[in-house]
Amino acid sequence: MSQIQIWTLVFIVGSFAVYLYIAWRSRVKETAGFYVAGQGIPTIANGAAVAADWMSAASFISMAGLIAFLGSDGTIYLMGWTGGYVLLALLIAPYLRKWGKFTVPEFVGDRYSESVRTIAAVAAIIISFTYVVGQMRGGGIVFSRFLKLDVTQGVILAAVIIGLYAVLGGMKGITWTQVAQYSVLIVAYLIPAFAVAQQMTGIPVPQVSFGQILAELDAISVEMGLNQYTEAFAARPQIDVFLVTMALMIGTAGLPHVIVRFYTTKTVRGARYSAFWALFFIALLYTTAPAVGAFTKLNLLQDVNGISADALPSWIENWAATGLVTVSDGASTINTVSNSPVSGADLIVNNDILVLASPEIAGLPAPIVGLVAAGGMAAAMSTAAGLLLVISSSFSHDLYFRRVKRDSTDQQRLLAGRIAMGLAVLVAIYAGINPPAFVAQVVAFAFGLAASTFFPAIVLGIFWKRCNATGAAAGMVTGLLFTASYMIYTLPVFGTAANPHILDISPEGIGTIGAIVNFVVTIAVSKMTAPPPEETVEMVENIRYPAARREVTAGTEAA
Amino acid sequence: MTEVTPDKETRGGEPPPSAPPPTFPSDNGWRKEYWSRNLRLMVILLAVWFVVSFGFGILLVEPLNNIAVAGFPLGFWFAQQGSIYVFVILIFVYAKMMDRLDNQFGVDEQETERAGS
Repeated sequence: MSQIQIWTLVFIVGSFAVYLYIAWRSRVKETAGFYVAGQGIPTIANGAAVAADWMSAASFISMAGLIAFLGSDGTIYLMGWTGGYVLLALLIAPYLRKWGKFTVPEFVGDRYSESVRTIAAVAAIIISFTYVVGQMRGGGIVFSRFLKLDVTQGVILAAVIIGLYAVLGGMKGITWTQVAQYSVLIVAYLIPAFAVAQQMTGIPVPQVSFGQILAELDAISVEMGLNQYTEAFAARPQIDVFLVTMALMIGTAGLPHVIVRFYTTKTVRGARYSAFWALFFIALLYTTAPAVGAFTKLNLLQDVNGISADALPSWIENWAATGLVTVSDGASTINTVSNSPVSGADLIVNNDILVLASPEIAGLPAPIVGLVAAGGMAAAMSTAAGLLLVISSSFSHDLYFRRVKRDSTDQQRLLAGRIAMGLAVLVAIYAGINPPAFVAQVVAFAFGLAASTFFPAIVLGIFWKRCNATGAAAGMVTGLLFTASYMIYTLPVFGTAANPHILDISPEGIGTIGAIVNFVVTIAVSKMTAPPPEETVEMVENIRYPAARREVTAGTEAA
Repeated sequence: MTEVTPDKETRGGEPPPSAPPPTFPSDNGWRKEYWSRNLRLMVILLAVWFVVSFGFGILLVEPLNNIAVAGFPLGFWFAQQGSIYVFVILIFVYAKMMDRLDNQFGVDEQETERAGS
């Protein structure tokens, strides 16, 4: 075993032991604790849990790599996956907390009707499932590189571990393990980033210092047949950058596994501060990622530029074993680099490896490489666990209990939920082995669907009292169908032909248009049909105020 | 819904949703005032959110890139760094301002928080 393998095992086994210990300490038996941790989680801890839940294998493993190859247009992920928290904090979290229910289907079920609840539950399962697949794939890549398994075995191993501990733990176990996982993943991300920044610029704060290498990076990128790094809209047209960023933002604000976290705070005020802490913790990684992308890209290009094919650095050989780095057969010296297998460049590097390989590329010591592997696993596991919980609660609570067996006991529902989780893990293993696209792209589709179904239904449900069940149902169904059809039309995922993009709109950006369609349909249909019942309107009125008014209601409080 | 006790039962402060709200005129007055001030704050913060991210980071990125600060073209900096800092600050400002607003209108949850912790 190499040094790197030993350290990888030490960190992964060590961190898993901690997670399992925490999950075992806080295991739960009743339903309420399983799904929302009995609303007893401190604000900062909840913020860290949201951050871990949020930052998936895509954020940790793929994002810096994507940015490295997208250059300036990598902003779609940077702004898209942070800006949504502003919408979440201002438009959604405090009000849903006041409403006080488990899940998004629960909210729309109360606000609108039972059939809207069913639509939402099915949509929640589809969205969370799409997202889970990306996590299994990410975990599989970590295992395959560092434990020398092939990707298939890696995915199976990752899925079994993730599934086991989500099924056993429930939300309370998950919240505290996610706090631990956040700590592991942020340390694993920041230490190599600070080390690389120090090494390359003498200033250890990557956020500040990567400005100094941008000119050099622009120059070498052009020399090696790539776009100038800081040039905007080189990778995607402006309209598409705009739409993808918007779709990721409103998708964030509509993602069921993120929204459910805000029910675990004690108060409405707690929900607002949880959103703040969550974004604060997320921003630590998200402001570092573009620096990691730029530094690693420069290091990589300088490492290989003009080097002969048999004298390449050892990290290339290590990663070539996973099939994620390939040196073109005919190349004697490396003059061009790309992330696209069809580009015909001398060296092809997959986006997904840049972060995991960055310590090796920069020549950092083996323990740091092992730490990064543990961080990548933490990111994949924490997100997958949160998602599996949504799948299980949507199934057991909103479909099984509401639609199949109204008199089911707590135990029967817990069992139904666990069976749903188990099935989801099995299908996710299959999809993780045969992934439809890169990890981050798979995840981007989940956002498009969330943006076009949940966001309009929730926001209109809170801010527009006149919005009714017929309108919301019509809006969600058209939004979902519209977005999904365009994705199927433009992507060869389901064996269909890959048609060209209409008006430069990519399938990742279509969620924005889907959301607009949803808003228009919901408003139009609501206007044409009868207003919602009086008690619904009164419920909407009540969620606007965090608590009963002290002075005025002093007399009525006892009543 | 039996598993989670909704707010209205644990907080003990509000009338049940089906009952008509207290009808004295001052009651509706403060509600309207509180809500419109909440909406005004929200619109201002969302305007900043849009200008910084979609404005500086996407629509105006090319002209801003002609200005360089510490090695960063300015538009590029907003797109990859600045907008994220602004998002964090916006949520913090919102939480603080809403604390003040809740306090002013006596709808804060201090008693609940104390009782719960």
